[in-house]
Amino acid sequence: MEHALKTPRETSSPDPTRRPQTVVRPAEESGTPQVKMRTELLRAWFGPTEVLKGISLPILKNRVTAIIGPSGCGKSTLLRCLNRMHEVVPGARVEGKAYLDEQNIYEASVNPIRVRQRIGMVFQKANPFPTMSIRNNVLAGLRLQGVRPRSPDELVEKALRQAALWDEVKDILDRSGVSLSGGQQQRLCIARALVLEPEVLLMDEPCSALDPIATAKIEDLIYELRNSYTVVIVTHNMQQAARVADFTAFLYLGELIEYDKTDTIFRTPRDPRTEAYITGRFG
Amino acid sequence: MSIHTAIPAHLPARTALHERRRLTERLVGAVLFACAIVSLITTVGIILVLIVETAGFFQEVSLRDFFGDTQWTPLFAKKHFGIWALVAGTALTSAIAVFTAVPLGLLAAAYLSEFAEERVRRVLKPIMEILAGIPTVVYGYFALTFVTPLLQKVVPGLAGFNALSPGLVMGIMIFPTIASLSEDALYAVPTSLREAAYALGATRLATTFRVVIPSAFSGIVAAIILGVSRAVGETMIVTIAAGQQPRFTFDPRVPVETMTAYIVQVSLGDTPTGTLEFRTIFAVGMMLFVFTLALNMVAHRLRQHILKGSLW
Amino acid sequence: MESDSKQSQETLREPQPSLATIGPEKAFVAICRLAVALPLLLLVVLVVDAVVDGWPRLSWGFLTGYPSRNPEIAGILPALAGSAAVIVLTAVMAIPVGVGAAIYLEEYTKPGRLTSLIELNISNLAGVPSIIYGLLGLELFVRAMQMGRSLLAGAATLALLVLPAVIMTSREALRTVPYSLREACYALGADRWQTIWRVVLPMSLPGILTGIILSVARAIGETAPLIMIGALTYVAFLPDSLMSPFTALPIQIFNWVSRPQKGFHTNAAAGIVVLLVLMLLLNATAIWLRVRLQRRVNW
Ligand SMILES: Nc1ncnc2c1ncn2[C@@H]1O[C@H](COP(=O)(O)OP(=O)(O)OP(=O)(O)O)[C@@H](O)[C@H]1O
Ligand SMILES: [Mg+2]
Repeated sequence: MEHALKTPRETSSPDPTRRPQTVVRPAEESGTPQVKMRTELLRAWFGPTEVLKGISLPILKNRVTAIIGPSGCGKSTLLRCLNRMHEVVPGARVEGKAYLDEQNIYEASVNPIRVRQRIGMVFQKANPFPTMSIRNNVLAGLRLQGVRPRSPDELVEKALRQAALWDEVKDILDRSGVSLSGGQQQRLCIARALVLEPEVLLMDEPCSALDPIATAKIEDLIYELRNSYTVVIVTHNMQQAARVADFTAFLYLGELIEYDKTDTIFRTPRDPRTEAYITGRFG
Repeated sequence: MSIHTAIPAHLPARTALHERRRLTERLVGAVLFACAIVSLITTVGIILVLIVETAGFFQEVSLRDFFGDTQWTPLFAKKHFGIWALVAGTALTSAIAVFTAVPLGLLAAAYLSEFAEERVRRVLKPIMEILAGIPTVVYGYFALTFVTPLLQKVVPGLAGFNALSPGLVMGIMIFPTIASLSEDALYAVPTSLREAAYALGATRLATTFRVVIPSAFSGIVAAIILGVSRAVGETMIVTIAAGQQPRFTFDPRVPVETMTAYIVQVSLGDTPTGTLEFRTIFAVGMMLFVFTLALNMVAHRLRQHILKGSLW
Repeated sequence: MESDSKQSQETLREPQPSLATIGPEKAFVAICRLAVALPLLLLVVLVVDAVVDGWPRLSWGFLTGYPSRNPEIAGILPALAGSAAVIVLTAVMAIPVGVGAAIYLEEYTKPGRLTSLIELNISNLAGVPSIIYGLLGLELFVRAMQMGRSLLAGAATLALLVLPAVIMTSREALRTVPYSLREACYALGADRWQTIWRVVLPMSLPGILTGIILSVARAIGETAPLIMIGALTYVAFLPDSLMSPFTALPIQIFNWVSRPQKGFHTNAAAGIVVLLVLMLLLNATAIWLRVRLQRRVNW
C-alpha cells in the first residue's frame, strides 16, 4: 500500500520545511492513551434523511484522529455532532450518545453552550466575523463568552503565531476580518478557536483553501497541538491524514467502515471499501 | 437575436414571417419601454409641479419669512409663513411614533429571525402585513375615539386633540415596516456566522447581539429610516387626531398641525386656486417631498449594499 | 487555564439550573414576545372597538342609503359606488402599464444606466407620501388636463400611486420563472415576445395577480390623495360617467370622523367595518387566486 502515500502531489511538494513522513509517536511508547471522547451508536438526521447510521468511535486524548471518506458521507455531520452543533440546523436531529470525559453530552441536563466552550471547532468554509477587526475576531470567543482577558494583545499574538498568520497580519490587526484572502481567513478562524484553549479541537478540512506552505504550517501546528489538546480533523487529502493523524476513521454512506491506527488503515486496510477509497478507485 | 441570424438567408418563405416577427418585436419593445417610462414621467411631474408652484410662492414670500419665523398663519388676516411651526408638529408626532415603533419593531424582528420557530415566523409575518395594510383613516378614528380618551385618564392636561395619541398610533402603523424590513436584514445574515459564534461557546443572546445585529446593522438602519419617512408623510392619522393648530411646541399634550395635515386643511377649505394661500400647500409639499426623498435615498443606498452583499 | 484543574471542576451541566445563562435569554424572549403581541393586540382592540361602536348602524339601510344631515338615516351607497368605480378605473390604468414596465425591466433591458435610473426612481416613488401624489393629481389631472374633480382624475391619481407597487410585485413574479424555460422556448424558434406571452406570463400569472390585487386593495383605503383632487365629502348621487363628481368610502369615513356629533362617529365606525371587510375580501381573493392558479400551473 506504500504507493498510496506517494502520489505525484506529495512528491512534488515544494516546501523544504516539511516534516519527515515517518513520525515518531511518543504516545506509543507511554502506555495506552486515555479516551477523551467517544460516540455510542450516534445517529443523525437532516429532516427525514438519516445521514449518520449509528457511529461508535473513540477519540483518544492527546492524539490526532482523522475522519476520511467520500464527499457527502457525513464527515462534517459527525464532527458537528461532537460539539452539539448539528442540532443548530433547523429540522436536524441526533440520537445516541457522545461522551466527553465519560459524560454524555446529549443528556438532557447538559447545556450545549458548556460543551462548545470545551470543544472548539474550525469550519469547512472560513467564517470570520465581518463586523470585527482581525484582532477582535481572534478575541471574539472570549468576548462572546463575556470574558475580559487581562492581556489581550499577548493572546492575539500567540494565537496568530500558532495559526501561522502573525507575520502576515501583525501590521493590519485593525482591518476587517473579511479583508483577508480565503486562506488567511481560514487561519484566522483557527486562531480564533485556539485562543479559547479548548480541550478538543474539531477541524473540518482546515487546509482546503490553503497553499502548500500554509498547509504545512497548519500541519505542524496540529502536530504540536496534540501535546496539550485532542484533535479531530476531517480531510479529503489522504497524504495529510497519513502525515498528521495517529488514528483514522473511514466513513462511507453514514457508516463507520473502519477505524484503526493510521498506519494500519493505509497499509493494511481490512475492508475492501477502505482500500478502494484510499487507493483512489472511487469517491 | 442570435436565433434569427442562424436562419439561413436563402429561405425566401421564411423571410416575410421573419420580417413580421421583427416588426412585432420592435413594436412591443417600444410599448413596454413607454410603460417603464411612465414612472420617470411621474417623478418629473411631481418635481415640476412642486417647483413651479413653490417658485410662485417664493416670489411673494421671502425665504427669510419662511425659514426665519415660528408662526404659521397664512389663512389669517395677519399672515405669518414660519414653516417651523408645521415642521415642529411633524417632528413631534413622528418622533413619538418612531420611539414607539423602533423598540417594538427591533425586538419583534430579533425574535422572529433568531428565536421564533419557523412555524411562528410563517404565521406572524403575514399578520404584520395585514397591520401594514389597514387604511390610515381607520387608525385616525382609533386614535381620536379610543386612544385619546384612554390617555386622558392617565396623562393630566391632555387635550382632545394632541400629538401624543396620533404619534403612538402612528407608531403602531409603522411598526410592521420596521419589524419586517429589519427582520429581512437579520434573516439575511449568513448562518455560518451564527454557527461560528455558537462554536465559540456563545449563547444565542450573545450571538444575536454581538454577531447578527452588527452584521445586519445597515439594513436595520434602512428599515428605521423608511419607518421615519412613512411617519413624516403620514396624513390621515394626524389630520384627524392631532388638531389643526400650527404651533411651535414640543409639548405632546396640546393640539399641533403637521405639514401633511395643513395641506389637507387647505384643500378641504374654500381657498381659491392660484392665490398665495393656495400656493402655500405646494411650498409645504416641497418641504415634505425633499425630506422624504432624502430619507428614502439613504435607505435605498443602505439596502442596496446588502443586496449586493458588499458588506460580507 | 490549565486543562487539568479546569476539567476536574468544570461540568457540562448548569451550576445553578437556568438562572445563570438561560435566564437572560428566557427573559429576553419573553420581552420579544410582548413586543410582537402588543401591536397585534392593539389590532384586535381596534377591530373590536370599530365593530362595537358601529354595530347599531350596521344594517342594510346603511349600505343602501344616501348621506344625510341626520346621522341615523345616513348611508354609504354613493361612497361604495364611488370607491368601486375608482378602484376599477385605477386597476384598468395601473395594471397594463405596471405589468408592461415590469416586463420591460425584467425581460427587455440589460442592466445599464437607464435601467438603474428607472429602478432607483421606482423605489423612491414607492416612498413618496401619498399626499404628494394628491398635489400632482390636482395640478396635472384636475387643472392642466381639465378633468375637474372627477372620477377619472381620482383614478388616474391613484393609478400613479399604486404603479410602483404593481411594478415591483410583478417583477418579483416574473423572476420566479426559471431561465431554463425561456431558453427551451427560444430553442424552439420562438422570439422574445412569443416566449413572454406564451411561457413567462402564464407561469408568473398567479404571482402577478396576487400582487396586483394587494396593491389595488391598498388604493381602496387611500384618503389623502382623493381629498387633494377634490373628491366631495357630501354626495347624494351615484357617479354616472367618468367625469362625474364622486366620493369614496374612506372620504365618507373621514367626513364623519371630523364631525363633533357622536352620531356621526357611530356612522364612521360602521363605515370602517365595511371598509375592513372589503379589504379582507380582496386579500382573501388574492390568496385564493394564488393557491388555485398555482395548482393549475403545476399540473
Ligand atoms: N443542511 C442540510 N440539510 C439537508 N441535508 C444536508 C445538510 N447538510 C448536509 N446534508 C446532507 O447530509 C449528508 C452528509 O453531509 P456532510 O456535510 O456531513 O458530508 P461531508 O462528508 O462533510 O461531505 P464533504 O466532504 O463534501 O464536506 C449529505 O448527503 C448531505 O447531502
Ligand atoms: Mg464536509
